[in-house]
Amino acid sequence: MRILRYLLKKEYLQIFRNKGMLPILFAMPVFQLLVLSFAATYELKQAEFAVVDFDRSILSHELVQKLQASDIFKLNAVYFSTEHALEEMEAGNIKMLLTIDAGFEKNIKSGKSAPIQITVDAVDGSIAGLIQSYSSSIIAEFNAEKLGKVKMSSAAVVLPKSVNIIPSNWYNPNLDYITFMVPGILVVLVSMIGIFLSGMNIVREYEMGTIEQLNVSPIKKWQFMVAKLVPFWTIGMFDLCIGLALARFGFNIPFLGSLVTILTIAGIYLIVIQVLGLLISTLTNTQQQAMFIAWFLMVIFILMGGLFTPIESMPLWAQNLTLANPVSYFIKIMRMVLLKGSGWQEVYKMVLVLVGMGALFLGIALNRFTKTSA
Amino acid sequence: MRSFRGFVVKEFKQIYRDKRTIVVLFGMPIIMLLLFGFAIRNEVSNVEIGILDASKDSFTKELIQKIDASDAFQVTSYLNSYDEISQVFKEGKVKEIIVFESSFENKLERKRVANIQLITDATDPNLANIVQSYTSKIIRNYVVEMNAQEGGNSAGVQLNFKMMYNPELASVNLFVPGLIAIILMLVSALMTSISITREKEMGNMEILLVSPLKPIHIILGKVLPYLVLSVINVIVILVLSKFVFQVPFEGSYALFFAESILFILTALSLGLLISSITNSQQTAMMIALAGLLLPTVLLSGFIFPIESMPFPLQIVSNIIPAKWYLIIVRGIMLKGTGILFLLQETVILLVTTLALIMLSLRNFKVRLE
Repeated sequence: MRILRYLLKKEYLQIFRNKGMLPILFAMPVFQLLVLSFAATYELKQAEFAVVDFDRSILSHELVQKLQASDIFKLNAVYFSTEHALEEMEAGNIKMLLTIDAGFEKNIKSGKSAPIQITVDAVDGSIAGLIQSYSSSIIAEFNAEKLGKVKMSSAAVVLPKSVNIIPSNWYNPNLDYITFMVPGILVVLVSMIGIFLSGMNIVREYEMGTIEQLNVSPIKKWQFMVAKLVPFWTIGMFDLCIGLALARFGFNIPFLGSLVTILTIAGIYLIVIQVLGLLISTLTNTQQQAMFIAWFLMVIFILMGGLFTPIESMPLWAQNLTLANPVSYFIKIMRMVLLKGSGWQEVYKMVLVLVGMGALFLGIALNRFTKTSA
Repeated sequence: MRSFRGFVVKEFKQIYRDKRTIVVLFGMPIIMLLLFGFAIRNEVSNVEIGILDASKDSFTKELIQKIDASDAFQVTSYLNSYDEISQVFKEGKVKEIIVFESSFENKLERKRVANIQLITDATDPNLANIVQSYTSKIIRNYVVEMNAQEGGNSAGVQLNFKMMYNPELASVNLFVPGLIAIILMLVSALMTSISITREKEMGNMEILLVSPLKPIHIILGKVLPYLVLSVINVIVILVLSKFVFQVPFEGSYALFFAESILFILTALSLGLLISSITNSQQTAMMIALAGLLLPTVLLSGFIFPIESMPFPLQIVSNIIPAKWYLIIVRGIMLKGTGILFLLQETVILLVTTLALIMLSLRNFKVRLE
């Protein structure tokens, strides 16, 4: 036990001595959480659009005004030729182009169909999709207004059947992204500290040659590993607590579930991630290699963890791959417990999977790590 | 000049000798592109949904079948009351519940209008949004079809959409250019920052400093091998995206490569700057990885559109070089934009690169502490 205490003391000293590292460990995660949480949103705030109106009637004018009246669409310019307007789109100045053919007003008033065209800059597919659904709902509204008048004047036509769709969003009625992103980004930040640092710390001993001194010392294998893992575990937990406090009081995220549950699972999760870092370090010889592999895994974990794009939107094989992704489990658990108030009953299976992964990683790492030099 | 050549040769050898790193350097971008190219998308598939059908008539049954048959959805649970919804959501699998009001068909026949409620688990607002709009689309199409069968007319505004540059709204087309930027940015910045701090940490820096090499030669020698590596990576990624993902390439290849090399230089000089202000590989890596990864992914417009961000963040995003490169690459690949429309972005990258190089040269210490 005494050996372990000294080892721990040495590790802590070594961490806190490196002044360049301290801001990275403490300030950077907080800063990133504060700034980046605001960036992750698909909301469409404003889309500039242009009009080419060949009809130039009262009705076509009303249609344009109807679009403009929404907060989203902002009229950028009126052009007289489609070519000119498309050039503007190529230059990226407008996102949408509304083309109204001649005879628009006449057709509507006589109860015929009046085609209009909306051209969308679809380089960003998700934005284009939003533009499509917003504009079509506005135009459907316009249509209903005008048709109602036409119908009333031209007497009994059988009304088409219609289904009223009433959307309702639970747990997050305003579709607020911040609530959703903050727990996820927090998980990623803490994971990065766990996997990068604990992994590299051991390879570093190899690279510097100090591992030989440790090998000839009476330190046991487990003592060495524990001493390497504990300091970054405490730092990770500390960062997590700051992050949670920020989430609660800075971002006003509802904490529906129990904080004890979150912290317990976070503790387990951090160990799993650190053991993974340890495993990487036993498979590599230099910090550079360890870093590349850790980075590679981390990028995959993050981008396929359901943080930014929903796991449900991946093809089935990729959805199955995420079953082996510890980050995706913890992101899911965090969101479930914090935002939906799920308890142990709902998440225990995922925690068991995490524990299983940790045990597996640890087994391989212990098997690979020998105190005799290779 | 001869000593410089010798140094460059040494650097090349040192990198290519380490087989494991080489495999990672070349293999990683390929695996990442393949994995993400297929997996990151905004279209949904196989989302589990639940049904709460208080009516159970032929209309609702047919509609449910229609929804179940679509690729996007999979009806996995049938509920009997409202109270069950919250339990189903808490378990986390089902993302949407479709609620039909009682005597649905009857109301539709007589009142000509009936209600469907779409309740989503909006803890993931993005998914909730997509799922809801997909379902609404299916329902609306079904109603239109039904009306057409019954001989309704098509009066009023007929809306036609045309999606320019990316007609299928494929997210791959958007994400592949983004991935190129992320891979180049992170690999280049990481590699240079490590290779220089490594010399410091191993004590080799002293040897380099007393050698006849000038600082600029040392830096060039360090950067050159990685520039070559990155250009090869760009070519590989481009070939993959063209032949595996069929991402269109409308613009000029020469311009694309020129801009890519410029961006690689930006990333490399960022790596240089990091290495010149740090002393250990650990610190350099943490800055290059933990410090750059999320900001590059989030603020470049790679996944989340910059237009959607709050205004202050839109300003902050300007300092992320990947943002400018992304605009350039998307323009060249998807729209076929020429240099004239991309001048501003190019100049910004150029200035950033020069500034970074100046800064790191100034910080490059010729003496040991």
